[in-house]
Amino acid sequence: MSASDVLVLAEIQREALADITHELLTAARSMAAATGGEAVVVALAPDGSRFAPALGAADRIVLVDDPRLAAYAPGPYLAALEAVVAAERPRAVLIGATSIGWDLAPMLAARLDAPLVTGCKEIRVEGGALGVTASFCGGKMMAEARVAQSPAVLMVLPGSFRPATESGKAVVERRTSPVPLEAGPVRFEEFILPEAGDVDITQQDILVAVGRGIQQKDNLELAEELARTLGGAVCASRPVVDQGWLPPTRQVGKSGMTVKPKLYLAFGISGAPEHQEGMKASDLIIAVNTDPRAPIFDVAHYGAQIDALELLPALVEAVQARKG
Amino acid sequence: MTQTQDLDGVELLEQLGKTGDGKSPQGCMQCGLCAASCPLGDVMEFPPRKLILQAGADHLDQVLASPAIWMCVGCYTCSLRCPRDIELADRLWPALRDQAMQRGFQPPAELQETFQNVFKYGNVLGKSPRQRLDWAKDLDVRVLDLSKEPRPVEVLWLVGCYPSYYPRNQAVTRAFARILTELGVTWGVLGAKEKAVGECDRMFGEEGLFETLVEENRKLLDRLDFDKIVTLDPHAFRALQNFYPRFGAWYPVQHATMFLAERLDKLRPLVVKPIEATVTYHDNCCVGRRAGCYDPPRSLLGLIPGLKLVEMARSRENALCCGGGGGGMWLDAHIVAHGGRRLSDLRIAQAAQTGAGVLAVSCPYELSRFEDAAKVAGLEGRLAVRDVVELLAESMDLGERSAS
Amino acid sequence: MNLVVVVRQVPDLIEPLEVSASGTALDYETASFVVNETDDHALEQALLLKESGGGTVTVVALDYGEVDNTLYTAAAKGADRIVKIARADDTPPSPAASAAAYAQAIQPLGPELVLVGIQAHDELDGVVPPLLAARLGMPYVGVIRGVKRGPEPGAVSVCKEFPGAVMARLSVRLPAVLGILGAEQPPRYVPVSRIRAAMKTAKFDEVAGAAPPPASRVEVCRLYPPPSGARAEMLSGTESELAARIAEILAEKGLLK
Repeated sequence: MSASDVLVLAEIQREALADITHELLTAARSMAAATGGEAVVVALAPDGSRFAPALGAADRIVLVDDPRLAAYAPGPYLAALEAVVAAERPRAVLIGATSIGWDLAPMLAARLDAPLVTGCKEIRVEGGALGVTASFCGGKMMAEARVAQSPAVLMVLPGSFRPATESGKAVVERRTSPVPLEAGPVRFEEFILPEAGDVDITQQDILVAVGRGIQQKDNLELAEELARTLGGAVCASRPVVDQGWLPPTRQVGKSGMTVKPKLYLAFGISGAPEHQEGMKASDLIIAVNTDPRAPIFDVAHYGAQIDALELLPALVEAVQARKG
Repeated sequence: MTQTQDLDGVELLEQLGKTGDGKSPQGCMQCGLCAASCPLGDVMEFPPRKLILQAGADHLDQVLASPAIWMCVGCYTCSLRCPRDIELADRLWPALRDQAMQRGFQPPAELQETFQNVFKYGNVLGKSPRQRLDWAKDLDVRVLDLSKEPRPVEVLWLVGCYPSYYPRNQAVTRAFARILTELGVTWGVLGAKEKAVGECDRMFGEEGLFETLVEENRKLLDRLDFDKIVTLDPHAFRALQNFYPRFGAWYPVQHATMFLAERLDKLRPLVVKPIEATVTYHDNCCVGRRAGCYDPPRSLLGLIPGLKLVEMARSRENALCCGGGGGGMWLDAHIVAHGGRRLSDLRIAQAAQTGAGVLAVSCPYELSRFEDAAKVAGLEGRLAVRDVVELLAESMDLGERSAS
Repeated sequence: MNLVVVVRQVPDLIEPLEVSASGTALDYETASFVVNETDDHALEQALLLKESGGGTVTVVALDYGEVDNTLYTAAAKGADRIVKIARADDTPPSPAASAAAYAQAIQPLGPELVLVGIQAHDELDGVVPPLLAARLGMPYVGVIRGVKRGPEPGAVSVCKEFPGAVMARLSVRLPAVLGILGAEQPPRYVPVSRIRAAMKTAKFDEVAGAAPPPASRVEVCRLYPPPSGARAEMLSGTESELAARIAEILAEKGLLK
């Protein structure tokens, strides 16, 4: 417990540790190396020890065991987190910019009267202060900021750090909450899972998009296979939907859906403005088209000038090989 | 703005009989020529004839709740065919849509977005007004921005939304700038101050938005000294010629093809480059069927050496609409969802039947609609879509040049 | 139900954002303002709640940007009352200062439910809805898509969005502040004639702003637009080389799971 420690809130979503936790641990490890402190992860969950083996990148794993933490509710979570932060007095608290993080990070900062930075992508230790690079205004502006006061609450954008692979000391500390946790006015009732109907492409993290370059309906299967391999869904530009090869719920663009997935793989889509309108906000766009002047390459991060039908099977193999 | 929110169907029809052009819808004899000639009449729950019948029978709410009232694409065929001279396309339909929105029926989502874009940014595409003149970047002729240098000019060119912003249309826009300059005409544009004329908003019953645009455009235009307005957009031409005067705003206006066709003698020695192609021409609805102006674009095409003009089976007053008019640009999804089809897909097949290698058009919407339709029909590479102005510029050796 | 909605103005992202001469703040002089999108959803959600079970909707806004247009639109859509908070200058205050001003204006209204968009995109060192909840002494939960009354009196049932199209249904005892991500249906369209009518008839209650809170402890050193990705980085090679390179990129970005 020291003012040079960096605390990470483990994000547990429906009984599973979310990837952001490992990303935050990478940031915490490198910060702790500079401050001479420890990377500490806090897991708020009953019987949290089951998550400990996956949290080996931390120096300490603080488990707050309480039946009130079985499902997310802001009241008990905030009280438990605040108590740990009060006891640990860390240099910084790292929380993911997730559904839970958007509640807890600003609420914690308000309770502690601590500085908060949203949209953090890079964090540096600069002598006694923290230097932060953050993205705001819908990604159209970057800010470099300094935070001198401890603790700083930093809300980190998912995907900003690679997931931690190093090992820390991984000392497990099991605690009961020092304050009694009360149900509070906001209570968890139930999870509502998506209905098994057609895929809602606006909710997908990974989209394999096909355009006219796919040529025939039968070739859709190539895209479907890649989507299955990546854990995503297939969507399309208008001509493909017009042909009746995919339902209108899969259409991206002006008269279809607007999507913002983490990955948008565009195969054989020229990228008319109508299409771009529906997908250009995607985090990562990789476009494949035979025409080097296709406008899709203006919005894509990576491009490949090749026939989509040739690349698709090769990519399925390459992805499978990488996943092992 | 008249307050019409509490009117029943009969009162609405009565009121329509007292305003605007044409005769009262109450004179309708239910002959059904309108419904039969409407290119989407077969899939409309209420085609024009039935609209009048049901509204008159006090079933106005049923009519207003129907998807049919958002399916008219403003082709004016019904207006033209009506033996009782009832102005259906630009009076009855807009009035019903206005009523629908006043009573809380929501227009199709794409249309809402278009209205909001026009209200917020003054253009249908939702682009920054500051980028209105981006088409003129690195252009080899001078573009006079009258909003900054209000000098007297012969031609005030209202560039229009698609021609200002849409990449495919910008090539036509630049071509027209070169032609105007080559002809020695003094001309200027409104630059960042230009706003949509508002034809699609008016046709879609967004009366309040249209009035706002008329007020704002008048304020700007009335300060300037010009002989006439010229526009590449037949819809802007229609609105300025017919809707603006109802607000006491009268400006002489010509579509670009009309303006150029008055200068055939000047153009003739300038068309030096032959275009060896078989070309068919698609009459747009506002300049064609609605204004009865069929010859100017054809006479321009006729100037071009090497060019062979062939006609589609349906041309001039019988031309099939591209489906983009009167706001139809933003209704494809709605129309298809309710059993209709994109008319551009039908029309491109008619163009292909002529054996032409080029479909010539003269409306900014048509370039993208027909290029898209050609892709869907697998005609890419076989049937090119070109604006008349673009072809003319090419023949005048004023075509798009590479950056070098 | 006594519903209060906070509606903020944000710089419009269709215009390129500029940085002020100091290099450490947005240049609001060159920006144009629009209503914050999630606040527009918060208003829609409030109107839906009112329509489904009665109540009043009061819209509260700070006076900067194009706020009057936004407020007339809110009135045309069906807001019952509009409270405009005076400001000395025409730029958005910090999240902390905004929250303080909203709290001061909202407290006397005695709301049962306060709906605020989860985020305004120009916020960097704070998030208004939880700060406002803290000042009002009300519970808070955010990232909400959809609010319904009940099941018991004095409570609402909300859907909180999680990844993978999963929703958590939570019950919230009132009074409370909710951070809205989306309303149950898209914000309604109101014809411009109604907005024009509201311009003639709608009245704003104007109230004084709050004393500014202490300066932020986050010191912005430099603002800059992100390096432009105007054109794709073109990959080259045979199909298997390209496939391997793309798979590598996906692995680097943590997209292979």
